[in-house]
Amino acid sequence: MAAHGAAERQGLSNPMLGFILFLSSEVMFFGGLFAAYFIARADAVSWPPEELLTPQQIADGVKLELEILLPAIATGILVLSSLTMQWAVWQIQKGNQAGLLWGLFISLALGLIFLTAQMYDYSQLHFRADDTIFGTTFYTLTGFHGAHVAGGALFMFVVLVRSLGGQFTAKNHEAVEACSMYWHFVDVVWIALFTILYIIQ
Amino acid sequence: MASVAIPQLSGYRRPAVLDWIMTVDHKKLGILYLYFTLFFFAVGGILALLVRTQLSVADSTFVGNDAYNQIFTMHASAMLFLFIIPVWAGFGNYFVPLQIGAADMAFPRINALSFWLLPPAGILMFSGFLVDGGSANAGWTAYSPLAQQAGVGMDMWIVAVFMLGASSTIGAANFLVTMFRMRAPGMTMFRMPIFCWTMLVTALLQLLATPVLAAALAMLFIDRNYGGSFFDPNGGGNVVLWQNVFWFYSHPAVYIMILPGMGIVSEILPVFSRKPLFGYKAFVFATIAIGALGFSVWAHHMFTTGSVLLPFFGFMTFMIGIPTGVKIFNWLGTLWGGSISFTTPMLFALGFVSMFLIGGINGTFSAAVPVDFALHDTYFVVAHIHYVLFGGSVFAVFAGLYYWFPKIWGRMLDERLGRLHFTFMFIGFNLAFFPMHMLGLDGMPRRIAVYSEDAGWETLNMISTLGAFTIAVSMIPFLIAVVWAFMRPQDQPDNPWEGNTLEWATSSPPPEHNFDSLPPVRSERPLFDARQNGDGH
Repeated sequence: MAAHGAAERQGLSNPMLGFILFLSSEVMFFGGLFAAYFIARADAVSWPPEELLTPQQIADGVKLELEILLPAIATGILVLSSLTMQWAVWQIQKGNQAGLLWGLFISLALGLIFLTAQMYDYSQLHFRADDTIFGTTFYTLTGFHGAHVAGGALFMFVVLVRSLGGQFTAKNHEAVEACSMYWHFVDVVWIALFTILYIIQ
Repeated sequence: MASVAIPQLSGYRRPAVLDWIMTVDHKKLGILYLYFTLFFFAVGGILALLVRTQLSVADSTFVGNDAYNQIFTMHASAMLFLFIIPVWAGFGNYFVPLQIGAADMAFPRINALSFWLLPPAGILMFSGFLVDGGSANAGWTAYSPLAQQAGVGMDMWIVAVFMLGASSTIGAANFLVTMFRMRAPGMTMFRMPIFCWTMLVTALLQLLATPVLAAALAMLFIDRNYGGSFFDPNGGGNVVLWQNVFWFYSHPAVYIMILPGMGIVSEILPVFSRKPLFGYKAFVFATIAIGALGFSVWAHHMFTTGSVLLPFFGFMTFMIGIPTGVKIFNWLGTLWGGSISFTTPMLFALGFVSMFLIGGINGTFSAAVPVDFALHDTYFVVAHIHYVLFGGSVFAVFAGLYYWFPKIWGRMLDERLGRLHFTFMFIGFNLAFFPMHMLGLDGMPRRIAVYSEDAGWETLNMISTLGAFTIAVSMIPFLIAVVWAFMRPQDQPDNPWEGNTLEWATSSPPPEHNFDSLPPVRSERPLFDARQNGDGH
């Protein structure tokens, strides 16, 4: 008997299936961090937990406050980048390599704008990771998310370079699909983060 | 087996060392896993002997308190993270592709990455002994605030465990894709060998539970190094949070450590009883049930914290006894009326069934909340985990080694030395760990370095220590058998045990591409079918 796989397998390829399994482990990783945040809030007398601040910290100007405006705009930018990324996938499905390039380029630019906005936002805050659980959870959750955005941007950059070389076609563009899946995942995590950190009081 | 000459590029051959370092062949990686994990089994075993020597007499001053904390922490860390969990990845690497009739794993290079994350992690974890303040010393469970007080060795431990977790997570995805997509024609999911099924459920647990441990370790690292307050009540954190996230991983991890062992035993019992496994499907569903229930019982490690829902977690823990009991009946039903031959792999498999049964019963016993309140953190718990992980997992490791040694190396381990090994290990094991039940009921707490003579624990502790050294002695015939086997020629036929699964359908050891031809797969025992039909393979 020859090597197996004589008939073409339908549906997901092995690398795609592996990638989805990898993403499910990422979901569990963020699940652990979110659980920590929920437990912290459930334990807190008030949120933000102002009563935990020491007089020294208050004198140093520590304020447990979050501005919503800039993060809200950044959220819009990240959601928009998810849409442009999906548009890029649709273009290459139709064999439009120029469309793919533009889609990737715009999504990458939007992703980098998001990261810049997040770094600027960090610089404007009046609390640190080592003040209270408020700062610890905020910087841990947004920091790990930001690292994933950076990882996704790197992934997108690699895909962009490869598409500059014309490596993707209507039939063969799995890396684009995987990259887009990862980007959507990062986007969904951010929407959940934005909701719990900024909206639910 | 007929061999086909493959044209070579030139006479160039890579040096053998490079060949091992650069290999992406699942069989070579499997062997590397086995060497690596057995090395750390020896290291962890030596640390265990130090622990037992310290505890052998009352008011002992053999190693001292600080060293003792490091030694028992590193004993458990080596045994769990560097031996038992990766040893299954080793067996799985070698035998999952062979058992499903594939040429390799789905992602051979990622497979190599999974292995090569281990040695740096092991070195990093054990380098803790060289730094100021010594190695990690908060126990393998690294509870806060103990874990906050330890020296930099603790950070090395955290990073090492994080790397090991990354290794098993990507390894798990690899195993899953391999088993979902690479099976030979005719091999439906319900014709997969039972060892593959247990590896599949194990991989699912690893994929979904290990990232939670990674999150927990990240939080601990942030608390220790960047002033975080996750586990610090002064900053609004919660010490029990660590226990929740840690056990959310580490209870499923208990099944990660035992399920593949159950799989190996379920391969061996039918072969040496000359019967099919009794209740194949029941066994598969029981394995899935254990995996699923495994996510709902983590808080039974935390009954005495006062912050978990006792009736729920107590009940769910009892529930796990049901699929586990099903498996005991699978094994007994397989033996029943069989024509049993007591080869060495069979002896170790029977040792597994009997010792794991004790570990299961004393575990279910402690699942009762009031009982647990009395036994929590006593030596009774130490007895329980060793009956499960040594009486269970380690016996299964040796069962697997004796069973598959002729396939991996083409040589047979000596049966007389094997029986000697089993006898010493079985007696030593029970001497070492059975007295711990009594010590626990008598109130001896775990993790203490020194106890007073007035406590009256000296005799039982001395027996336990003698048992530990008996286990160490039992490794001598094993090592002689291994050396002796390697001094003899590779003379083993394809199928020396009359096994039923596909790994026995190729030469011993298998060629690099695994199979020249595969028999048709019409049941979970394709080689048995082939023998029945007379077309000897």
